[in-house]
Amino acid sequence: MLLIGLVAAGGASAAVSTVANAEPAGTAPRAQQLTVEDGQELFRANCASCHGLNAEGTENGTSLIGVGAASVDFQVMTGRMPMAYSGPQAEQRDPMFTQEQSDAMGAWVASLAPGPEVPSEELLDVSQVDEEGVARGAELFRINCAMCHNVAGAGGALTEGKWAPHLRDIDPAHVYEAMLTGPQNMPVFNDANISPEQKREILAYLDYLDENPSVGGFDLGSLGPVSEGLFIWIFGLGGLVAVSVWLTSKPN
Amino acid sequence: MTSTATRDTFTSRASNYLDERTSMSTLVATLGRKVFPDHWSFMLGEVILYSFVAILLSGTFLTFFFEPSMTEVHYEGSYVPLKGIAMSAAYASSLDISFDIRGGLLMRQVHHWAALLFVAAIGLHMLRVFFTGAFRKPREINWVIGFVLFILAMAEGFTGYSLPDDLLSGNGLAIINGMVKGIPIVGTWISYLFFGGLFPGVDIVPRLFVLHIMLLPALVIALIGVHLVLMVINKHTQFAGPGKTNDNVVGAPIMPLFAAKAGSFFFIVFGVLVLIASTFTINPIWNYGPYDPSPVSAGTQPDWYIGFADGALRLAPGLESELWGMTLSWNILIPMAVLGIFIVLVMFYPFIEQWITGDKREHHIAERPRNNPTRTAIGSAGIVFYAVLWAAASSDLIATHFRLNVFQVTWWLQATLILGPVIAYFLTKRIAIGLQKKDREILLHGYESGRILRLPGGEYVEVHEPLDEYESWRLKSFDTYEPVMVRPNAKGRITPGTHLRAAMTRWFFEDRISPVTRGELEAAKHDGH
Repeated sequence: MLLIGLVAAGGASAAVSTVANAEPAGTAPRAQQLTVEDGQELFRANCASCHGLNAEGTENGTSLIGVGAASVDFQVMTGRMPMAYSGPQAEQRDPMFTQEQSDAMGAWVASLAPGPEVPSEELLDVSQVDEEGVARGAELFRINCAMCHNVAGAGGALTEGKWAPHLRDIDPAHVYEAMLTGPQNMPVFNDANISPEQKREILAYLDYLDENPSVGGFDLGSLGPVSEGLFIWIFGLGGLVAVSVWLTSKPN
Repeated sequence: MTSTATRDTFTSRASNYLDERTSMSTLVATLGRKVFPDHWSFMLGEVILYSFVAILLSGTFLTFFFEPSMTEVHYEGSYVPLKGIAMSAAYASSLDISFDIRGGLLMRQVHHWAALLFVAAIGLHMLRVFFTGAFRKPREINWVIGFVLFILAMAEGFTGYSLPDDLLSGNGLAIINGMVKGIPIVGTWISYLFFGGLFPGVDIVPRLFVLHIMLLPALVIALIGVHLVLMVINKHTQFAGPGKTNDNVVGAPIMPLFAAKAGSFFFIVFGVLVLIASTFTINPIWNYGPYDPSPVSAGTQPDWYIGFADGALRLAPGLESELWGMTLSWNILIPMAVLGIFIVLVMFYPFIEQWITGDKREHHIAERPRNNPTRTAIGSAGIVFYAVLWAAASSDLIATHFRLNVFQVTWWLQATLILGPVIAYFLTKRIAIGLQKKDREILLHGYESGRILRLPGGEYVEVHEPLDEYESWRLKSFDTYEPVMVRPNAKGRITPGTHLRAAMTRWFFEDRISPVTRGELEAAKHDGH
């Protein structure tokens, strides 16, 4: 355990220091639009140690040729890359780059080989989905996503210490990109599998969950019967035992 | 009733009227003098009773609007993410209760929370009875009835969980279907009978509904009746104290004091349930969507009281073998056998203990758990066994919330399931004996007063004060047992049964602390402490 902890801590500090070193290079040309070359430079400074100077991959990281700009945007802007530390899966955290920097890296990676693109505003516009569409999205979500992410998007366990993250208040672009690129353990849901309109309906359902608070009161984490059972034992029965102790206490 | 006849009031005339026609006064006089000992643990049974009343009332409300049918309908209610979706009438009416019927959601949540509380209170009540030895003669039968009630409560819970026909309840039924089908030879046929054809079919909801609202509640009510009548006949147990002996019960009579207390407690239980139901959601069926055999949500669990069975399935090794063209799924058969044995052992524990100890006397004094170390140790081993199975039902949530590997959690729980009860047994037994030793020490030499005296010779001693009457009574009045000796029976033979029993009583009573005797107490007093 100690060894794992040390390795993890070392990895984290290494990741943070590389990013810190790269920061001045990134901040200087912020005024103007970043170019593909800037993206390449950022990539080489921050990602190449694992993914290779030309994104061809090393033994520490996969090749990124053909993953597309969508994958870069998802991984970088959810803070999963650069990886916080080596573990069962990359953790989410505050992103280490600005959107422009990420886009520049994405443009460079996309220039290497064709891959999924960052979704347009049109594809993410849930206001175009009507009520039936939300219901269809909910059904698609239950069939395709709930196995790992739980019906209410609360997340769930995967094998070997990995997990499916919760889907509450996530940028719809990132959800869309995740479906498109299948990051980490997630399968790819390409446009032949789930069409862009259907993807938008799924986003509309997630948006509905975010916008509409639990109708029945506090949702106890939407974890299902386990949290309900703990709650009734601790607060329900515990409270009533306290009351019965009080009722049978002798007056002083 | 001569005393009431002297004053001619409306109450006296009304009660006379009733009494002349029903002879109620005998009943009221007997029941009214039924005595309840004043100890909080005796109130747990009431929590059960009152939450059951809450279940009955809220459940009746729900039956007004619930449609126990699996006819396909398209949802047209007010919950947007299910608009137009095909579902069973049962699920659609459950959604209507939740969204479109005034007070429906509150009643659903009261019903479900009360059900969880009902079974939880049963669990705690059984633990109280077990650890104080209140199941001993003459209450063995009442223990069995209570245990059957516990099983019935679980059956009620499970049938109710399956009624809304949402994804969660359908997943629960799918597991039951799998377990039934895992029984060799007859399993498939039983499943066909139960579901009226291939799972899930269109019959199961109406069938479970009849069980849930008719047969099972009738049995529960009848058995609660018998349970309470036996409680009145056998009277309550009580903890030992000055004036509290094996032949009496000291406490408040029902009329008037206890009735007032119990009545207020009834409203408190109701109030707590409604408070919980109005602030915390339970089983948000609208999230789960209609049942469809293909999807399963992450975090699909049964309600807490079925958790131990789910956990047993999760911990069972994934073994399978074929015999004469028949597949034996050990991952199902082993848990079913282990749980069956566990349930039978708990249900018949009073008779098992009685056979081992050979104690056929009547017991009306509740034992302090420490004074029967072996039973207490058995009980904690049982708790650990149950708790590990229970925890295993949430192995996935343990893994995600504590950032662990779900496989390692399972392996760890498998090891704990076997080693945990053994460790708990020895630990509890030693702790109980240690506590007994401490009691003995305090009785004989008093408690440490914290007052330090310096003697003329320079020595420091702490003054020990003797206990007051009440405290010392509590510590010194308990029975002790000795192992049964191996003796030949009437025919002059020693049967293997006798040997077994002797070995069992040795196991039960070999390590023991005898209660303080009068002689020891006298001697201690004269010691000058």
